[in-house]
Amino acid sequence: MNKLAAVVALLVAMSSRGWTQSGELRLCLRAEPKTLNPMQVLDEPSETIRYLTGGVLLRVNRVTQQVEPELATSWRVSKDGRSISFKLRDHVFFSDGTPFTSADVDYTVKQMMDPAMHSPTGDAFRSGSGEVVTHIISPTEVTITFPAPVAGVDRQFDQVAIMSATSPKKELAVLGPFYLADRKSGAYVLLNRNPNYWKKDAMGRQLPYLSSVRLDVQPNRDIETLKLRRGEIDLINSIDAEFYDKLRGTSPQLVHDAGPSLDTEQMWFNQVAKAPIPDYKKAWFRSTAFRRAVSQAINRADLCRIAFLGRATPAVGPISPANKFWFDSKLVTPRYDPDSALRLLQSDGFHQQDGALVDRTGNPVEFSIITNAGNKYRERMATMIQQDLAKIGVKVNVVTLDFPSLIERMSQTFQYEAVLLGLTNVDWDPNGQMNVWLSTSENHQWNPKESAPETQWEAELDRLVREQAQSMDLKKRKRCFDRVQEIVYEQLPFIYLVNKNALSAYSTSLTGVSPSILRPQTYWNVEMISKQ
Amino acid sequence: MRTLHIASIALLLIVAFGALFADKVAPASYAYQFREAPNASPSWTHPLGTDDLGRDRFSRTLYGTRISLALAPLAALLSIVLAAMVGGIAGFLGGWPERVAMAATDLFLCLPWLFLLLMVRSLLPLNAAPLTSVLITFLTLGLLGWAAAARVICTEAREFRISDVLLQARATGQHGWRLLAVQFVPKLRPVLLAQFLISIPVFILSEANLGILGMGVAEPLPSWGSLLRELDSLSSFAGEWWKLVPLGLLVMVVTSFQVLLSREDVAL
Repeated sequence: MNKLAAVVALLVAMSSRGWTQSGELRLCLRAEPKTLNPMQVLDEPSETIRYLTGGVLLRVNRVTQQVEPELATSWRVSKDGRSISFKLRDHVFFSDGTPFTSADVDYTVKQMMDPAMHSPTGDAFRSGSGEVVTHIISPTEVTITFPAPVAGVDRQFDQVAIMSATSPKKELAVLGPFYLADRKSGAYVLLNRNPNYWKKDAMGRQLPYLSSVRLDVQPNRDIETLKLRRGEIDLINSIDAEFYDKLRGTSPQLVHDAGPSLDTEQMWFNQVAKAPIPDYKKAWFRSTAFRRAVSQAINRADLCRIAFLGRATPAVGPISPANKFWFDSKLVTPRYDPDSALRLLQSDGFHQQDGALVDRTGNPVEFSIITNAGNKYRERMATMIQQDLAKIGVKVNVVTLDFPSLIERMSQTFQYEAVLLGLTNVDWDPNGQMNVWLSTSENHQWNPKESAPETQWEAELDRLVREQAQSMDLKKRKRCFDRVQEIVYEQLPFIYLVNKNALSAYSTSLTGVSPSILRPQTYWNVEMISKQ
Repeated sequence: MRTLHIASIALLLIVAFGALFADKVAPASYAYQFREAPNASPSWTHPLGTDDLGRDRFSRTLYGTRISLALAPLAALLSIVLAAMVGGIAGFLGGWPERVAMAATDLFLCLPWLFLLLMVRSLLPLNAAPLTSVLITFLTLGLLGWAAAARVICTEAREFRISDVLLQARATGQHGWRLLAVQFVPKLRPVLLAQFLISIPVFILSEANLGILGMGVAEPLPSWGSLLRELDSLSSFAGEWWKLVPLGLLVMVVTSFQVLLSREDVAL
């Protein structure tokens, strides 16, 4: 009798969660994927295909933020942080039936680190000069040794889709929940359930629940939203504030706001010594008091409320408050205070003359903010900053440029005064931001490729980011990065403006969706999603 | 037809009046952000509501009309002067000068003007005042927009060159500047006027295209192009008819110019 009750309960549970292995998940790609090779992924559509088809050794759980075993049942990072050993799952097969062994891990690492491949995935592992060596201990045991310590090395394997060393299908043989079944250029990509997928749910059922995923290539967001409302697609992974608001008005059950994301929107001043701008302007931009005053005169709450329709949070620094572990909780959102900004400027030799701010040599304070044309949120923010700064007598000219011109000015000619742009963070671990903080880096945007740190605080930033990158002690790394945040908060090389919220929309016919602020926000657990 | 002409002239006059006296008519500054009321519906305070930053849409429409309507004819005039010089001289001289000029015109017509405009815009000094940037934008439009008109004018000039009228004029002793002033220019006047009127809506729409791409008039100055950016998707104006007013105004003004063009004395 008890057995019968248990079977009935199981059946009820299965039907109540709409368990089926025949559903098709439909969503849109905003462009044609540029590659199917998991080592060459740079664009978002290709990343979507990689995520849905690729099998990885370790996966970062997008909700708990913990690293979880996937194709590796266990792993161990050496004390010096230079090597990682994996114990691999046994009896696992690629989608074409080829067995998975440590030779495949070796092949994948070789592909990833091959200089001829220029693999963007491999960049995260290039910790120093020298070779990355894979040592195969047995078919299920492998150790990878790096020339120098790699901070958060286990988390980096979330991006490494294992490729088969022996399959004739090469990168089309996959270990993830789906494999590429069909593709029509410019129209769609069809992924079918991988019959050899190794994972089973808690009840022992074969995963994934879905039988296929259809990805329609659709760059128009209006049409994408319309398709969701009509039930022609099941989810929009990332939706912007305007479409979110409109969708909320008509179909509130479809939208989900996961709160502040890890992405930041910021502005910065040109501090390049050789930049072709007047010396007196360089002096303003290099003045901490000037940057601090500008920051205080910007009404971030208004930026969030108006430019992002309330779907953003005032930013504090490079780490979003949503990143609970790495965020330095001692820091508070900069206060909007134009009077204090004016006092600060006066203490730095500026004064007001007929309502306009002038510097100590009588030059009126006027600068331009460039941003990329077509991004209405940034254009709105720049226009609002224009009005905010006008209150303290600063004249701002807003210039929108096409993206290539913007990048050329930012990184080659340095013909700009201030830039407003955003930074996308794909990982909790701030180690990925190293290329922004190191003074020698090309992405050290306010003053790229310094031969030696030009300020004391930049020298300290260099020391701190290097120290954290070479340490395996999480507490020490946290201490280092807290100090990085404090320096950035004090010196304001970037004036952080807002953290956009992670907005998504999905159909009520889906179960198992657990939106996260990390990419891919809605389908990160695709194998557990089912469709009624 | 006469009624339509009168209506068109009346509409253009009303629009021109509104634009000219925008300072008196507009209820608010075109730039001021009423941050407590973004995206507001029409009210007594804001007759056409506010835009996404809380700026009074009616005021922005008036000032935008002033900019687009004042500068588009100037750009049209510039392009017609250039077209008359290239097309008129080429057609009048004939022979290799005509062939060279028309080859250059063809080359100019083949150029992707939008990319040229984007390139010119990106080369502008960043601290150019919004008014300067809009002047440069229209100046560029005028400098790039002469080629199509030059072909038409060249054809007309060529017809004049081989016409009996020219033979007779020369027979009566007219030469040089006198021939140009008395015979050539009056003969070309209708086509020049027609091309000028055709060019005005073309330049208004070109600026609107640049505005839609975010490369038009710099913030916070409004133009029809920047006002039309609000209509970048169907959902952006669904149920909010007042957002369509700048578009309606643009359509009416362009239509009025077309109606006026249909008059026989300016028709080709």
